[in-house]
Amino acid sequence: MTQHSEPYLPAGLPIPGPERDGLSKPYWEGLKAGRLLIQRCCTCGIWQWGPEWICHSCHGFDLAWEEVKAEGRIYSWERVWHAVHPALKTAVPYLVVLVELREPTTVRLIGNLLGDPRQRVSIGAEVAGEFEHHTESEPPFSLLQWRVP
Amino acid sequence: MSDRTLRHKVAIVGVGETQYFKHGQSPDPEFKLALKAIFAACASAGISPHEIDGFASYSDDRNDAVRLAAALGIPELRHSSMQWGGGGGGAAAAVAHAAAAIAGGLAECVVVFRALAQGQFVRYGQGGMAFGYGSAAPVISGEMAFPVPYGAISPAQRFAMKVRRFMEEHGVEQAALRAIALASYHHAQANPRALMRGRPLNEAQYDASRWIVEPFRLFDCCMENDGAAAIVLVSAERARDFSHPPAYLLGAAAGADYRHAASSHTAPNYATADFRTVARRLYEMARVEPSDVDVVQAYENFTGGVLLSLAEHGFFRPEEANDALTLENLSAPDGKLPLNTSGGHLAECYMHGMNLIIESVRQIWGHSSNQIEGVDVAMMIAGPLVTPVSSLILGSEATR
Repeated sequence: MTQHSEPYLPAGLPIPGPERDGLSKPYWEGLKAGRLLIQRCCTCGIWQWGPEWICHSCHGFDLAWEEVKAEGRIYSWERVWHAVHPALKTAVPYLVVLVELREPTTVRLIGNLLGDPRQRVSIGAEVAGEFEHHTESEPPFSLLQWRVP
Repeated sequence: MSDRTLRHKVAIVGVGETQYFKHGQSPDPEFKLALKAIFAACASAGISPHEIDGFASYSDDRNDAVRLAAALGIPELRHSSMQWGGGGGGAAAAVAHAAAAIAGGLAECVVVFRALAQGQFVRYGQGGMAFGYGSAAPVISGEMAFPVPYGAISPAQRFAMKVRRFMEEHGVEQAALRAIALASYHHAQANPRALMRGRPLNEAQYDASRWIVEPFRLFDCCMENDGAAAIVLVSAERARDFSHPPAYLLGAAAGADYRHAASSHTAPNYATADFRTVARRLYEMARVEPSDVDVVQAYENFTGGVLLSLAEHGFFRPEEANDALTLENLSAPDGKLPLNTSGGHLAECYMHGMNLIIESVRQIWGHSSNQIEGVDVAMMIAGPLVTPVSSLILGSEATR
């Protein structure tokens, strides 16, 4: 899994982090360590996304975080032309993609599609994840971006 | 047959709205707009506001039922309800709550209202969030932490990918979205309340308009407005004593599909406006078929939401959307599927669906500015793409 240095979008957007109750903390900590962690039920084995305190299938409370490969296909996409946040005024157009993971396929993640923002985007195209570390941010955080190999 | 139904139990006997304003242009504060709309609805029904004994609203309306009751000197408040969920997905649900309260003997005369002065509060088009402009970027957590850092912030940016997926799965062309926009603008030209009256829209203007977020152009997106609107409900027994013919509630349904609110766009049934379960129960209660519906008001947050709503309410199969969605088919009075006959949210006013409910009533009464002849069954669809959503069907005396 690769990393890239330049952030896709300019600084100034809200910084993502865990809730007060810590529900999604392993996910955000995992991204900082270059690992994609997804919730999985210890009782019935089903994958679950987004994070919750209970398994939606068997109602077990024992949920683990397992590492999965940041690989998948474009499930849908959008090209944003109208900036709604001051930090994005000079960043348009930019591409947002919804990626269906190769495994588990029941999980989809939102990210940006790296490369030319005017590129032709195809639903179903295979993409690979790249971690984007914002180490200078206060607090620091990391994102998971996508690229057509 | 179960008697657990709202069919023909309750009727809308009065409707009213304030003047509609562009975003930020209301001279009145939002609470005063709410009062004025309630007064207008009571005047339409021919009752004193003192006869109201309940209020129902949705989308975290800021104008509390208890404050309204105190301000209006309501002798006895018996019902106050709020449908959970943001956006306008609760508009028909609020009517259902009011109707259920009346049918269940909890109240006699309930007002459903929405007051929305976006210019006085945070704008939906900016994601409805306080961003801390000019200061350090705030930390965001929970559901919004997944899309916002990637620039998917506003409602348009959160819904465009659902619509894109639907269009790709079913071969729907941009012209289908364009027809929805053109129909609203076409109808607004005859409506004195419509903010876009006098500003017609043609295909070339639509095609030349700027992208907001593909596949939505400027004219695919609702306005942001200031105003308020209200309706008065009473029991079917009382409804015949009012000056307007009763607009009976035939059916209403609200809710969400399986795990539709799973975060980060992981809902198993993704490319949907979320009416799969709701529409089925709506038709069951109303005991009508799509072909019985004379006119539809479908909430335009975005034209793409209307596309999905109409397909999920069975007006056409998704693969038929390009043929069904033409300006000719969607135009009153002669189109096969007259749509948003007041101008709707694109061209009358974005009143979070309340103006669409009022237009449904006016079509039953025969008072629309784009009247269709002999309307007996009118549908209103609320807040597509959000969760939960709702929709309702009204019927004339002829449906009894």
